[in-house]
Amino acid sequence: MTEKAIEVTDLTIAYKDKPVLWDVDMSVPVGTLMAIVGPNGAGKTTLIKSILGLIKPAAGQVLVLGKPYTQQRHLVGYVPQRGSVDWDFPTSVLDVVMMGRYGALGWLKRPGGAERAAALDALDKVGIRHLADRQISQLSGGQQQRVFLARALVQGAQLYFMDEPFQGVDATTERAIVTLLQELRSAGKTVVVVHHDLQTVPEYFDWVTMLNVRRIASGPVNEVFTEENLRQTYGGKVAFLSAAGNGKNGKQ
Amino acid sequence: MDISQLLSDLFFDYTLRTVALGALILGMVSGMLGAFAVLRKQSLLGDAISHAALPGIVLAFLLTRQREPVVLILGALIAGWLATLFMIAVTRTTRIKNDTALGLVLSVFFGMGLMLLTFAQRLPDATQAGLDKFLFGQAATLLQSDVITMGIIGALALGLLVVFWKEFKLITFDPEFAASLGFPVRGLDVLLTTLLVIAIVIGLQTVGVVLMSAMIVAPAAAARQWTDRLSLMILLGGLFGAVAGVSGTLISSTAERLPTGPVIVLCISVIVLFSMLFATNRGLVWNWLRSKQNRRKLRARAVLADLNTLAMQHPHEAHGHSVAVLRTMSANPDGVSYALKQLRERGHAYEVSTDVWALTDEGLAQASRNQKEETE
Amino acid sequence: MSQAQFEIQLIASMVAVACALPGVFLVLRRMAMMSDAISHTVLLGIVIAFFITRSLNSPLLLIGAALMGVITVSLVELLNRTQLVREDAAIGLVFPAIFSIAVILISRFAGDVHLDTDAVLLGELAFAPFNRLRLFGLDIGPEALYTSGSILLLNILFIVLLYKELKLATFDPALAAALGFAPGVIHYALMALVSLTAVGAFDAVGSVLVVAFMIAPPAAAYLLTDRLSRMLIYSALIGIFSAVSGYWLAHWLDASIAGSMATMTGISFVSAYLLAPERGLIAQARRRQGQRVEFALTMLTMHIAHHTATQEAEEENQAVRLYEHLKWSPRFAAEIVGIAEHNGLIQQKKGLLVLTESGLKRAQQEFTA
Repeated sequence: MTEKAIEVTDLTIAYKDKPVLWDVDMSVPVGTLMAIVGPNGAGKTTLIKSILGLIKPAAGQVLVLGKPYTQQRHLVGYVPQRGSVDWDFPTSVLDVVMMGRYGALGWLKRPGGAERAAALDALDKVGIRHLADRQISQLSGGQQQRVFLARALVQGAQLYFMDEPFQGVDATTERAIVTLLQELRSAGKTVVVVHHDLQTVPEYFDWVTMLNVRRIASGPVNEVFTEENLRQTYGGKVAFLSAAGNGKNGKQ
Repeated sequence: MDISQLLSDLFFDYTLRTVALGALILGMVSGMLGAFAVLRKQSLLGDAISHAALPGIVLAFLLTRQREPVVLILGALIAGWLATLFMIAVTRTTRIKNDTALGLVLSVFFGMGLMLLTFAQRLPDATQAGLDKFLFGQAATLLQSDVITMGIIGALALGLLVVFWKEFKLITFDPEFAASLGFPVRGLDVLLTTLLVIAIVIGLQTVGVVLMSAMIVAPAAAARQWTDRLSLMILLGGLFGAVAGVSGTLISSTAERLPTGPVIVLCISVIVLFSMLFATNRGLVWNWLRSKQNRRKLRARAVLADLNTLAMQHPHEAHGHSVAVLRTMSANPDGVSYALKQLRERGHAYEVSTDVWALTDEGLAQASRNQKEETE
Repeated sequence: MSQAQFEIQLIASMVAVACALPGVFLVLRRMAMMSDAISHTVLLGIVIAFFITRSLNSPLLLIGAALMGVITVSLVELLNRTQLVREDAAIGLVFPAIFSIAVILISRFAGDVHLDTDAVLLGELAFAPFNRLRLFGLDIGPEALYTSGSILLLNILFIVLLYKELKLATFDPALAAALGFAPGVIHYALMALVSLTAVGAFDAVGSVLVVAFMIAPPAAAYLLTDRLSRMLIYSALIGIFSAVSGYWLAHWLDASIAGSMATMTGISFVSAYLLAPERGLIAQARRRQGQRVEFALTMLTMHIAHHTATQEAEEENQAVRLYEHLKWSPRFAAEIVGIAEHNGLIQQKKGLLVLTESGLKRAQQEFTA
């Protein structure tokens, strides 16, 4: 039996007894590039964080490649939102990327030549090797995003989670990132992205999970990204969405 | 004051040497650990904790009837700890904000300490004489044993800093990412805060409660101006702190009635001021000079363009134009003379007759190059 | 109670209220630590004014103090604007430096005068009744009474006259500016007031108690009400309570009056923290308890409803599996199931849990919510 990359069952998360995620089931096969979409407050970031063990669920269970996350950390790479960090911190691009290896290094050991090489390699893959010694406060939004991406790549994971990586990023960077993600997918990795731009879902992703506290739908984009589901996910605001929904339907 | 005399005193005068050593340790430890407080936006935590330590010190004395620095430091540590926990609890469970929690803890704990201190003073065995040293810091009364205690505890704290270096760096920069990697962020947070409390507590004897916050914030703030690397920032912070400590001690020893604590704080404040003005790249003075330079460059360019415009309007290109005309064309009439001088230096313009200027061939060429650039 | 004791409590209460009023705005504007900074830097203002007038009683001291407060705030903002340090670091850099200068000046040039750093920090109310004010040769009461009284009056006037401007400038400075209310001016005026209050209170209670009175009662009041006017009144009352009870505490322990009063402000705050009707810890815990049961019932019905439809229904709704999925302890699960049955939301049939009409309705409520 082939393992699912992610298996979420009955996940319920509450904040001060108000449901943020309710009874969510999700099953993601290995080697997929999946978007998670939904309105603000729908629980998208919460879903990712709970899979990563950063938030405790009120009910339900999460399995990553068949086992609980705590046993699979070394197989998972995480790219949080850019705004979650103080970019004025005195450190260089290379340094941040090397932090991705800290998990593998474990306690007390210092990063050395091998970690440095891996970090430079990752920077290469995202196209900013020349910025390795740059202070992070001097980076543009797109460059910052690439740094985070490189840091996740360096973890050598099988499964990647990204929170709104395209938010506030220039077009070139966006295209570069998408290409990279598709390469990862082709290499057999699974990539899960919290995405904010419905227009690009059919173009970038093969799978989509539509969330609004409950799971509205989850599956291949061409099956699941329908106007009806969009309506259910986004409530009343459908007018501009029909283009996005029809986009995929039209392609069928 | 004779410098060589001063320096020899430093080595041979027991009191001076002891105090200077204590100040050096204080400066170094708080300078290094303070960097993390500053980076975690907890600059005033030093202020709050140093005030909050007082009741701990007094209670430790009251309970054990001992003035041993280790005992008192332990009391201070526990009080500082409780204060931190209280602040975290309050901000997490109510709408009280951070700054209010800080001020609350600072004043209330200190008030309690005061109450206990005066209470202790009335007790029959009034051997608490040493307790108010912690309030104002009487560096001059530091004993060698005090300094040795400071040194050992300080070394321990710094040792832990080195050992957990990458973990501390990680949780300060990106605690969420750290958690996803499996690091116990809360535990590390607790450890780091403990080290900070230790740094504060061992410095209280030297500079006192009010001024301790400066020793946490200032060295790190100064260090930040000079470098963009965390490791260097920490080392510089330690260096600045140590320098301030020693020089403060020396300076205050040269005159009467110059209390050591405040002088040390002034020294570090001077270092901060200097760093903010003159540090490479970020220094305010360099920034100001650089923007002045830029402005001059732009002005010269504008005057060149004006000369070019005038030249175009007059078929005889060697026809000069008066400075007065240039001034009326310029947004910044006062800078025109200087701009013209710059242009002359570069060979772009020359003075046809007094106060009458024209473009050289090179100047014409440059002007048309500039124009092309601007329209691209 | 002797007259002296009464006077002390009266003075302390006036100081408490005088501090609580601007303190409310400091807390709301997130500038609480400024009070700590200012209460230390005013010393320099006093020292300089003293050097000019050579008298400890000149009104110039008050002016010097007020100026110093404004200068402190300006310096902090100047530092902040350079973008080289953060705001909290800026405060921590400015006030120790200024305080150090003041202490050095005092030690060097005024060591023999009664400008005691001890007193500045600690204050000694016990002596207040002994400094009498004489008007036309008549003893009209302790000097401190009149100082604190005037400052109290000043604060009350300021707040009453500028109430709506302060309110607006605190909650929406952009709007205030757009309406022409110059929130900047109000800001500095408030800081000047804080400095005046600090100085006025020094003699009596010292800088530490000033900070305690400015922050703790307003913080407690903040937990007790949502209305600005009420917050001001509650802070004043809590301040008075702390002053009076603090006095008796000091009396009982034979300890520092200022320290005891500060302790009482702390105790007032902790009481509010625990007991406040909506925001207190106890109220929060009780609410959570109630919500927990409600929430659990809803979860139960939803879970059953969700899985009734699917093929796994047989297995899922077995009582045992349910608890695993919902991560409930057996005891809690039994409790909830019991309550659910009792309320007619579910029925047990052959070890399976089945929803009743009302149970289904409850589950559906959440669906459409």
